[in-house]
Amino acid sequence: MSRRKSLSVLPGFRLSLSYTITWLALLLLLPLAACLMKAGSLSGEEFWKAVWTERTRAAYLLTFGVSLAAAVIDTLLGLLLAWVLVRYEFYGRRLMDSLIDLPFALPTAVAGLVYSNLYVKNGWLGQFLVPLGIQGAYSRLAIVLVLSFIGLPFVVRTVQPVLETIDADIEEAAACLGATRWQTFYRVILPALYPALLTGFTLTFARALGEYGSVVFVSGNMPFKTEIAPVLIVARLEEFAYAEATAIAVVLLAISFVLLGVINFLERWNQQRST
Amino acid sequence: MSISVKGITKHFGKFTALDNVSLEVPNGQLTALLGPSGSGKTTLLRIIAGLETPDDGTVMSYDQDVTGSSPQDRQVGFVFQHYALFRHMSVFDNVAFGMQVRKKPKDEVRDRVMELLRLVRLEGLERRFPSQLSGGQRQRVALARALAVQPKVLLLDEPFGALDAKVRQELRQWLRRLHDEIHLTSVFVTHDQEEAFEVADQVVVMRGGQIEQAGTPQQVFEHPANPFVMDFLGQVNVFHGRVEDGRAVVGGLEFAYPDYTGVESRNASVYVRPHELDLDNVPFATTHLRARILHINPMGSMARVQLQAEELDFLLHVDVSHERCRELMLAPESKVYVAPKRLRVFIPDFSI
Repeated sequence: MSRRKSLSVLPGFRLSLSYTITWLALLLLLPLAACLMKAGSLSGEEFWKAVWTERTRAAYLLTFGVSLAAAVIDTLLGLLLAWVLVRYEFYGRRLMDSLIDLPFALPTAVAGLVYSNLYVKNGWLGQFLVPLGIQGAYSRLAIVLVLSFIGLPFVVRTVQPVLETIDADIEEAAACLGATRWQTFYRVILPALYPALLTGFTLTFARALGEYGSVVFVSGNMPFKTEIAPVLIVARLEEFAYAEATAIAVVLLAISFVLLGVINFLERWNQQRST
Repeated sequence: MSISVKGITKHFGKFTALDNVSLEVPNGQLTALLGPSGSGKTTLLRIIAGLETPDDGTVMSYDQDVTGSSPQDRQVGFVFQHYALFRHMSVFDNVAFGMQVRKKPKDEVRDRVMELLRLVRLEGLERRFPSQLSGGQRQRVALARALAVQPKVLLLDEPFGALDAKVRQELRQWLRRLHDEIHLTSVFVTHDQEEAFEVADQVVVMRGGQIEQAGTPQQVFEHPANPFVMDFLGQVNVFHGRVEDGRAVVGGLEFAYPDYTGVESRNASVYVRPHELDLDNVPFATTHLRARILHINPMGSMARVQLQAEELDFLLHVDVSHERCRELMLAPESKVYVAPKRLRVFIPDFSI
């Protein structure tokens, strides 16, 4: 039996794969390994003491809580924004479309500073909100607000192209079959958007988990209250407790990895169901 | 009349899609809206469905004015050119959709979906997704879905336009048989005259937002109302000449044409279909042309012969049966004689 090398239309598989692997190794796996190594320099007991105190547990819970909240808000808001940008023609649509990407370009520290200045007691918005008991700065709400700002483009940019591919005749078909506008939306359009929404949600969530620069300016960093895990890591670093800092980072990574794995699984399951 | 539209006018910006169109769709019949692109046929269909609102005119459905009502309330089945199936739903859910949004009991929905899938010959495929079906199968799912809500009228917008020739042929014969079974009043849009003639009970020829002619396929084909209809319904040979007192004169040749007896000389066009021309090796007793064969296309039931008329410096198309073709030993470059068995004369309307 003779073996033939199968010819691919696109050449360069080996080259591109090895490049990819090198890239992954150098930029992703190596730093991760270093992180694990550093954390590994602690004994089991030391590690446990570093990562599982009341303060760290509060920080993990807060980090995942606010990230989840921000991801949920962004998914809803992002869907609405994408809908408006795709479905309607209006004056200033293009400008609005390009403004969406601004949070990507803006240094997050700037976002943090601006948000805290807006919501403090004598800020533009704070002067009205604080008397109502709404603390938009140096609170958990503040973290959710700034994380929503930073993650918004992810949802818009993943949903928008999918929404554009949904033809008007799908909706017309639903209307002819007697579906109301609302039924058409939640039975026909929304299910078609699930994969994109889930991807957008995942990206926003992941981005929020790792966010530091803006949160540090808006949260006030009060232990047990508004101190997120990345801030705690920096606090440890400032105490020159490098191993302890990486230990917390490893725990954060592990939880993120599991959560993202679950979301990816959901995404694949959803895709298999509809293809 | 199940559907009757009166004085429908529709503009899209400066473009006039429909200009004062009136049409009656007979009960239980299959009507074809036939015309080139931009003739307004799809717009008319969409107005009947309620997907478009006319600027002027009324749409009546079973003696009820439905001009202002939404598609949801019109009880129409609409089949789209590109199927418009719900991608994330199985075949079953697609067909069941219309009944589910009307909150029909589950058992009833299941029985009806299964019955419809049998009708469109897709039984056993109810768990598939649209992406796992061929184009023809998808269009049959779309049809079953439209029929599921028991519409008063079925509207089809170029239903076979996206399919390849063979599937298209099969599906349209199947559609005709289906229609004979269920007798649902149907209107379908097509730009393919062959399709319209094969399937429809009534053919409506449209151009530039107006109806040129409406009638049975036989009427329209045998008695086209004007040169446009004549030309649109298949290949035709056009000669420019004159009519005078019972004769049509083209170049130096005169043909008897008793319809215009006693008429003074006028410019006119003479239309002859390829199958209405006779071809022979020897001269005819009546007026005839001499011609040279350029090309013989043996496709189809007849051979289509392309000729160069010698007196008129003009290209001619003649349909000849295959036996006749062999009998006369026709070949490119051979000289033959051509005579019309039948011709039609249209005098240009100067009012246009």
